[in-house]
Amino acid sequence: MKPNVLILRAPGTNCDEETAYAFELAGATTEKIHINRILESPSELGRFQILCFPGGFSYGDDIAAGRILANQVRHYLSDVVASFKDAGKLILGICNGFQILIKSGALLADDQQGAQATLTWNRQGVYTDRWVHLTVDKTPCVFLNGVESLYLPIAHAEGKFVARNDTILDSLESQGQLALRYVPEDNPNGAVRNVAGVCDESGRVFGLMPHPERHLDLTAHPQWTRLRKTADDPTRAGDGFVLFKNAVEYFM
Amino acid sequence: MLWEVDIFAAVGQPDMIGRDTQADAVDLGFSQDLKIDFARGYLLEGTLTRAEVQQLADRLLADQVVERTEIFQVADLPVDPEIVYVLPKPGVTDTVAENARRAIRDFGLETEAARTFKKYRIQGLDKSEVDRLTRKLLANDAIEQAFYGQLGFDRLQFGAPYQFQLITVPIRAMKDDELETLSLKGQLYLSLTEMQTIQKHFVSLDRDPTDIELETIAQTWSEHCSHKTLAGRIDYEGPECENFGSHHLFENMLKETIFAATVAVRKNHGPADRCVSVFSDNAGVVKFDEEYNVCFKVETHNHPSALEPYGGANTGIGGVIRDPMGTGMGAKPICNTDVFCFAPPTMDLNELPAGVLHPRRIIKGVVAGVRDYGNRMGIPTVNGAVYFDRRYMGNPLVYCGNVGLIPVDKSFKQAQPGDYIVAMGGRTGRDGIHGATFSSAELTSESETLSGGAVQIGNAITEKTTLDILLAARDRGLYNAVTDCGAGGFSSAVGEMGEKIGADVELAAIPVKYEGLSYTEMWISEAQERMVFSVPKEKWPELKALADSEGVETVILGEFKPTGRLHLKYNGVTVADLGMSFLHNGRPPVVRKAVYKAAPLEPLTLAAPGTLPSQTRVSRGVSFADDLVAILSSLDVASKHWVVRQYDHEVQGGSVVKPLVGVKNDGPGDAAVLRPRLTSRRGLVISCGMNPHYGDLDTGLMAASAIDEAMRNAVAVGADPATCAILDNFCWGNPDKPEVLGSLVHASCVCYEMAVGYGVPFVSGKDSLNNEFRPGPGQDPIAIPPSLLISAMAQVDDVATCVTMDLKESGNVLYQVGQTKAELGGSHFSLVRNLTGGQVPTVEVDLARRTLYAVHEVIQKRLVRSVHDLSEGGLAAAAAEMAFAGGLGVQLWLETLNVLVPTEAREKLLAIPGVRDDVVYDLLRLFAESNSRFLIEVAPDSTAEFEAVFAEANVPLAAVGKVTAETRFLATGANQATLIDMPVDELKTSWVTPFDLGGDYKS
Repeated sequence: MKPNVLILRAPGTNCDEETAYAFELAGATTEKIHINRILESPSELGRFQILCFPGGFSYGDDIAAGRILANQVRHYLSDVVASFKDAGKLILGICNGFQILIKSGALLADDQQGAQATLTWNRQGVYTDRWVHLTVDKTPCVFLNGVESLYLPIAHAEGKFVARNDTILDSLESQGQLALRYVPEDNPNGAVRNVAGVCDESGRVFGLMPHPERHLDLTAHPQWTRLRKTADDPTRAGDGFVLFKNAVEYFM
Repeated sequence: MLWEVDIFAAVGQPDMIGRDTQADAVDLGFSQDLKIDFARGYLLEGTLTRAEVQQLADRLLADQVVERTEIFQVADLPVDPEIVYVLPKPGVTDTVAENARRAIRDFGLETEAARTFKKYRIQGLDKSEVDRLTRKLLANDAIEQAFYGQLGFDRLQFGAPYQFQLITVPIRAMKDDELETLSLKGQLYLSLTEMQTIQKHFVSLDRDPTDIELETIAQTWSEHCSHKTLAGRIDYEGPECENFGSHHLFENMLKETIFAATVAVRKNHGPADRCVSVFSDNAGVVKFDEEYNVCFKVETHNHPSALEPYGGANTGIGGVIRDPMGTGMGAKPICNTDVFCFAPPTMDLNELPAGVLHPRRIIKGVVAGVRDYGNRMGIPTVNGAVYFDRRYMGNPLVYCGNVGLIPVDKSFKQAQPGDYIVAMGGRTGRDGIHGATFSSAELTSESETLSGGAVQIGNAITEKTTLDILLAARDRGLYNAVTDCGAGGFSSAVGEMGEKIGADVELAAIPVKYEGLSYTEMWISEAQERMVFSVPKEKWPELKALADSEGVETVILGEFKPTGRLHLKYNGVTVADLGMSFLHNGRPPVVRKAVYKAAPLEPLTLAAPGTLPSQTRVSRGVSFADDLVAILSSLDVASKHWVVRQYDHEVQGGSVVKPLVGVKNDGPGDAAVLRPRLTSRRGLVISCGMNPHYGDLDTGLMAASAIDEAMRNAVAVGADPATCAILDNFCWGNPDKPEVLGSLVHASCVCYEMAVGYGVPFVSGKDSLNNEFRPGPGQDPIAIPPSLLISAMAQVDDVATCVTMDLKESGNVLYQVGQTKAELGGSHFSLVRNLTGGQVPTVEVDLARRTLYAVHEVIQKRLVRSVHDLSEGGLAAAAAEMAFAGGLGVQLWLETLNVLVPTEAREKLLAIPGVRDDVVYDLLRLFAESNSRFLIEVAPDSTAEFEAVFAEANVPLAAVGKVTAETRFLATGANQATLIDMPVDELKTSWVTPFDLGGDYKS
């Protein structure tokens, strides 16, 4: 079955078009729908197999990155998102989407003391756009199935992954939930244990700071002109494509 | 009840803003012993319980994993002498507070008002020092207020209701001196002749004008909106030139130079002409492919950025994005550009006149302002430059550009009689009152207090949501025309759209941010993020429903009525009734004198007994290594990674050549390439050219060099020069001075000659005059150097043919394309050696054009592995940059590289202080900045075919060296003498490190 992807838009979402394009390139159908439509009619979610929170600055990232939309998910959508998960469907959050997932509790459920982990200000205190080499843990993450390493760009101010304590980290790590890591010399924000992406226990909910939708075409690679022969082959995909392909193939 | 929520870094987490603010304070010369702790926070007014506020603090306002909170009732807080609060002034946009109120509603709670604040605990400074630190670093009086010890209020004030009162101005009875006073005190900034014209008009109408009528006329006639100086009559005397002789009376200077060039170029191109709409809409439009056109606009926001760097730059980029949005039926913004001119960040605080912010603060604020708006809009910022000169101290230049993609069949618009006048987007406040007239006036040390209202703060998300609706409405055909609200606010937008029809407007319909705005303030406010549409009545319900569905505010302001009049009402009472013809054609022509004399050619001489600048980090015995290091570490040349990395340059997914390139992604790319359509291989190339140092000697050669640089940068990444279109942005001093205006007219005449010679059309432009700063009453103003930015937009059929400047492989051959001449006037060699005089680089336009096409041909034939244009620092700097970008070395042998020295000026051109006569030629080979040159890397098996192309085109070409695996920079000259021999890594370090101002305190 060709999966139908809900690309959830909100005020300030700005990676919706290229993310929709990535899913379509991988064989899915997509619909870009504004959060207001979903708040009016949460059952709309039922029509979709994949829910994607794309990158951007939802509500300007005012207060904190992703916070306002994350609270809307907590207040109004937690039931439908839970049943979406329980139905064996996939949820992906990229950059701001990851920030929303983690702050809404949809990725890692709160315990008695509140949120287990967060994404906060980069160590260097500024927004940073650069490319990073990534490695993949042994993980149940559906999106990273068969992937060992990736080269992708990050572009964020609040991407430093921090957990409340080491016990939480150890537990997540042992279950393969700290799925995607920056290679240590490429950690762009001071994230603990070099964490770039996190999945839930099932591997079907995944959030990551790097932007796979920005590396679909080889000419997006910052050094593609040094790889002259391969650049001439426009069919050769960039590293980011595999995440979308894995998601689509999960339903085929 | 007013609650204060303080948010601190949790134990074990860094207080980054406190740390950065402390470092900035020490950099500014405050005591090393001071200590600053920071908290951000919220003031919440309403009937909330402590438990409710605690819940909001825990679940919404703070992040419990990394932050901790403290909650107070403001009324209970005692005075604490170490504390400084900084708050946005009432009425200044505070988007975080607005969004916090909205998010609080999601908790089922209500607030009456909210405000954000920053709270500093400062230890180790006495009271007067705290006060000075606050003014210099923590709070900007233009938009913020500081409170010492405690807040001193327990309510948030948001204006009082407005009592309508119609104001008329008794202009008919005024004498000339009264007219002049009215113009100045009322911030109309009109000349006496203009005031007299208005007076005469109202005498003929047998009535006095209302205040809003006067304001409307002043906005429409402002320099900013009408370009009356450059589009006016100019009696010009200057150097003999082919098209205008040495004495020419211009009726409309811009039309006869810049526009005329475009007309000539389009005619010469015939059916190959790619222009669609030039100098008529908000941005210049050219063809992209069968389905889409692209449009480009570059604006400046200099005066607001001088007063409030963050807000000025923020709204500068926000404003220019609305230009493509308001072009044709609305373009989708696809990339931003930014070019800045600053005073050096190393200046001593004590050198600065009153009213001037420290350059570091201006730089950080400007960069952050562009960053926060561009990134939030989801528009990649792909190209730019930064230049430094002390004369930009009181007058930084902030050029912001935006490119849009627009369907071919949506590229034109026409407002229709009977259509509703519809406003969409942000609400109207007092922000930006008098921006248009203010930007046309000289800054003084008191501008801050006089024109604080001219400063605006942007809200990128309001603009983004408005853009989302605009594009959806465009594709559904819901309107006939759209334009942006820029300078002059509704006054200009409605006035321009209805110029040929007439407009009836009900001002009370304008949604306001807070109570208390007068009808005139509503009309001329330059509040951001507003667009105006011409909407057929039958389409209005659908447009309204669409906007409502995504929470975008839209209202009917009135109707375009075929009356030829601008009729404004407030709750039905007429407040203005002006003929459109008087408004748009009634302005008396401005006639000005202009003279220009380029500086005569003088030999290079030491400006003052000087040594190499202090930033030289490496010292070598070898002759020119120090010069190369000094050039690479000079601020203009040094890496701009600190700026580039703060900008999202890849959003929208089509990035092909990024601003930083090479094996470690840190070499200086010549131009940006992107694919605006993800389904297509067609690329858009964006570049720029500028060199204010040349203008001190010859503004004409500065203009020629800027055009050449912009074009060669574009061609260097693979652009087809035949697809190139350029934009001009003149930033100049006071045009009342004939020699200042003359230097601009001379540059414009040369622009004509160059554009026609290259076959490149100007498609849009903008000028910013009066960039002068008067440090104090009675003191001479400091004028900026003449600063012409040329921005270029070009295309490439298939992005797979693009190339970058990083060296690729050892053993490859290096060729210099183009002719080196004895041209060191205004060069970076002169700059670092403290030399004046010399010959500014010239352009031989026929050769330049052939060179660009030949370089394009060898790139298309895949004969080029890397290419870099030669600009600041000449061949040596280019070779060094290519080497460290590629992680390789170079060997250059320059003995036989030809240098052209005209015999008639031989003596003057070859005398270089500190250099022996026999090595002058070597020095010119290394550092001359002659135009139209490239350094190109070619694989050994391609050299024959490569050379043949340049022989055929009759373009000078010389093999000058090779790429080496050993990462050394080795250059030899006459008699095999070693000119430079040093590790590439050291050159790289000298280039990477000088311009990095660290983190910032404005999150």
